[in-house]
Amino acid sequence: MSWTELAPAAPEMALLALICGVLVVDLFIEDARRGITYWLSMGSLAITAIVLLATAPDSRTLIFDGSYVSDGLSLVLKLSSVILVGLSFVYARGYLAQNGLHKGEFYTLGLFGLLGMMIMMSANSLMTIYLGLETLALSQYALVAFDRNSKVAAESAMKYFVLGAIASGALLYGISWTYGVTGHLGFDEIAAALRADPGLNGVPLWFGIAFMIVGIAFKFGAVPFHMWLPDVYHGARTPVTIYLAAAPKLAALALVVRILAEGLGSLYEAWQGMVMVLAVLSLVIGNVVAIAQSNIKRMLGYSTIAHVGFILAAFFCGTEQGYGAALYYAITYVIMAAGSFAMVILLSRKGYEAENLSDFKGLNARSPWFAAMMLFFMFSLTGVPPWVGFFAKLTAIEAVLDAGYPALAVLMVLASVVGAYYYLRVVWYMYFDAPQDRSVLQASLDTRIALSLNGLAVLALGIVPSWLIRVCYEVFGALQ
Amino acid sequence: MDLSNSLLSLLIWLPIVGGLVVLAIGDAGDAKSSRAGTMRVVALASSLLTLVAGIFLYARFENGVAAMQFVERVPWVPSFGVDYHLGVDGISAPLILLTVFITPLVVIAGWDTIKQRPAQYFGAFLILEGLMNGVFAALDGVLFYVMWEAMLVPMFLIIGVWGGERRIYATLKFFIYTFFGSVLLLVAFIYLYVQAGDFSFASFVDVPLTLTEQKYLFIAFLLAFAVKVPMWPVHTWLPDAHVEAPTGGSVILAAIMLKMGGYGFIRISMPMLPDASAYFDGLMIALSLIAIVYIAFVALVQKDMKKLIAYSSIAHMGFVTLGFFLLWSILERQGDVQGAALGMTGGMVQMVSHGLVSGALFFCVGVLYDRLHSRQIADYGGVANTMPMFGALMVLFAMANVGLPGTSGFVGEFMVIMASFKASAWYAFGAATILVTGAAYTLWLVKRVVYGEVGNPKVGQFSDLNARELTVLGVLAVAVLLLGIWPAPLVDMMAASVEQLVDQLGRSKLAGL
Repeated sequence: MSWTELAPAAPEMALLALICGVLVVDLFIEDARRGITYWLSMGSLAITAIVLLATAPDSRTLIFDGSYVSDGLSLVLKLSSVILVGLSFVYARGYLAQNGLHKGEFYTLGLFGLLGMMIMMSANSLMTIYLGLETLALSQYALVAFDRNSKVAAESAMKYFVLGAIASGALLYGISWTYGVTGHLGFDEIAAALRADPGLNGVPLWFGIAFMIVGIAFKFGAVPFHMWLPDVYHGARTPVTIYLAAAPKLAALALVVRILAEGLGSLYEAWQGMVMVLAVLSLVIGNVVAIAQSNIKRMLGYSTIAHVGFILAAFFCGTEQGYGAALYYAITYVIMAAGSFAMVILLSRKGYEAENLSDFKGLNARSPWFAAMMLFFMFSLTGVPPWVGFFAKLTAIEAVLDAGYPALAVLMVLASVVGAYYYLRVVWYMYFDAPQDRSVLQASLDTRIALSLNGLAVLALGIVPSWLIRVCYEVFGALQ
Repeated sequence: MDLSNSLLSLLIWLPIVGGLVVLAIGDAGDAKSSRAGTMRVVALASSLLTLVAGIFLYARFENGVAAMQFVERVPWVPSFGVDYHLGVDGISAPLILLTVFITPLVVIAGWDTIKQRPAQYFGAFLILEGLMNGVFAALDGVLFYVMWEAMLVPMFLIIGVWGGERRIYATLKFFIYTFFGSVLLLVAFIYLYVQAGDFSFASFVDVPLTLTEQKYLFIAFLLAFAVKVPMWPVHTWLPDAHVEAPTGGSVILAAIMLKMGGYGFIRISMPMLPDASAYFDGLMIALSLIAIVYIAFVALVQKDMKKLIAYSSIAHMGFVTLGFFLLWSILERQGDVQGAALGMTGGMVQMVSHGLVSGALFFCVGVLYDRLHSRQIADYGGVANTMPMFGALMVLFAMANVGLPGTSGFVGEFMVIMASFKASAWYAFGAATILVTGAAYTLWLVKRVVYGEVGNPKVGQFSDLNARELTVLGVLAVAVLLLGIWPAPLVDMMAASVEQLVDQLGRSKLAGL
């Protein structure tokens, strides 16, 4: 095995080396100069992205004995994750510094999580994907508990850890059944075994699939495995919530595409019904329960669940358009979600977390520009054009209708009408109500710039959507 | 520079860019600052420039041509067959002209009456104007939907920020009600795309569909357009929205946004689903007649001026949908293509006329509201004593609302009633009741508000119209009279397109036939 053979895995190797470097350098830096760790982390992300683009092979390449794949999907997902993790770090820096939480471990844990995500996205074997998943999950558990003085954070971290461990256990159990039935762990081998012997497609395999879907659904936050999500989003400090809400969703998409679409793609009839149930329940429950929330982080948590319903509905179609739509929806969704959560950082100041909906009252009077940015995020999440959320819904509905499920399409749009209420409520508070708190916004300049760019990106992607749609659809060969 | 090629884009983007510039200039937090003054001038200039572009459109429009004119087509999302495809014909051009005509008047009307955040107010209206022009000019399903839905955002903000007491309830109801209808429109469009292969309206019109498919699609379209028109029974958002909206908001809602529902029926439902439209024509005629007859009686008992005019709007829009859907009854009964075209034309003329008249009536109510801050009829009385010019203009618009010959209100109503006679005498009887009930509620309103003794001492202190108000109402009065005395330019504009549409609708497009 020579170095050139391993070139497709260069991004992960580079990232690991860089993380170790950041970790060691961070030991010698005191809190006041933590900015150095921040810049080193951002540099690591930049280098990872460059290495990723430079070493991406032209066609699907397998290494490590077929357990690692580098293809169009992994490239798109990894590049998006690197950008989103970078965005999360930008949002985190000012907030952490203001609140005395600026430790280097935030960045190293975040980068380790990214490493786990990248492994998941390139996984071509059940073992590799589990490896990536656990790397990501353990980093996330630690990040949720990052603020050790916060009881809420500790509670959320415990919940997340315990439930996450159970879900990972379920996934592993499902993996073991699948291995038992098919005799292989690699997705290509599994697919070949299923083609060779259709008799393998029976109850034992479905049992395994069901458990794997439990694990996947937990990762996504799909109903009925969603209970952790609002608590964790609420309890974690906001920069951690941004991190959790963004890139890991792309990792969850990788999980479901690699396992179900690639490994078990021929068994579409077996897992289709299960995914449809997850999608429908998430759409309904996510949208309905969000209405009752008065904490914006919880509200956005339930909205995440609803959007996961959309992603799974597009995915469940089992067609290339469905997968392309799910990918496009996931990428555009995480951009909108990161921005919405970042608004909480914008309004927060030392000692006060602006996580209640009432904190948004009268934002138009305090800062018309950022009220407009939040308006962009809220309407984009509702699916109103010209923001990108509309095109996300368009592609998802098109996939569903093309696959022949008009009732599901109608349910999807009715769910978004219900969802409109709680997004509108935020806009109502910002524009129609008087401010309860007239203090000057204390967020740092880089947070403001990042948030503005994030908001403008949501509009720009909606006005010029075709390039990203094409990229996502080409990954699955779904262009007409 | 060949402007004709980008005239429609200009009509869409000029006001939007103008609106963004207005937002950028801002008002420095004070409606009386010099910055706010500059901002207002820029707003007015943008709307007037758009009006000039509209006049250009009218001048270069060729009347005898039924095909789309000023066509622009650029690929937008090629993977989905979505193009940035614009074009107008005799049906959409008058509506664009209406939009560019009304918006400067709205800007002038809000000139110094909007004290809170005027920059955002004018910015919202200008962006709204661009989007409305986009709806009328769009020939691609996704582009149409983007413009149609995006319009809800500025309107939501306009009602919610500058509206009356129950504005939050009204604006949420408006948004969610309209959004509900619109999303089903989206599903229907995507279904048609899956059948047709791309999103252009032309493909949607050509693609063959079974009757069952057409029926479901018609219901989906119906929900979207019926909410917009609004038709009974999905009209309940309108009284609230109109009452709570600021004057300019009510005017734009009544004058233009309601027309989009009618436009949707005539541009989308009918050509794309001719068999289902024929199948459901009885339902549509029934709903229209209910709106005309029943809603007129509801208008009669209103105590709030704006609510009365809102219900009157619903009743008049009933005429529009009646005129459109009489087509098959007329063709069946008499094979009279001219008669069918008469109904269509009548509906279209009624749309334009109603835009002017109800816009003017809402402006009148706005004038009164600016003085007394009340919309209750009981608080007024004898306004003509202190405001004779206003009284005269309000009576003129009231007469136009009733359908007095010589005003624009008569032309459309007359055509639709004649067409309904050709379909069935009962339809005509139902439709003609508006001549009585319309007169009843409008004249009673005018009697209680404008005439009689000065009931409220505050009314005695009213000043008559100032220059700004006189400009707005005067221009509208001229338009109403002009259209009423000489409707030929408008009718000639529409004739060729209406004829082609009637011809097209006479043919079926069932799949497998």
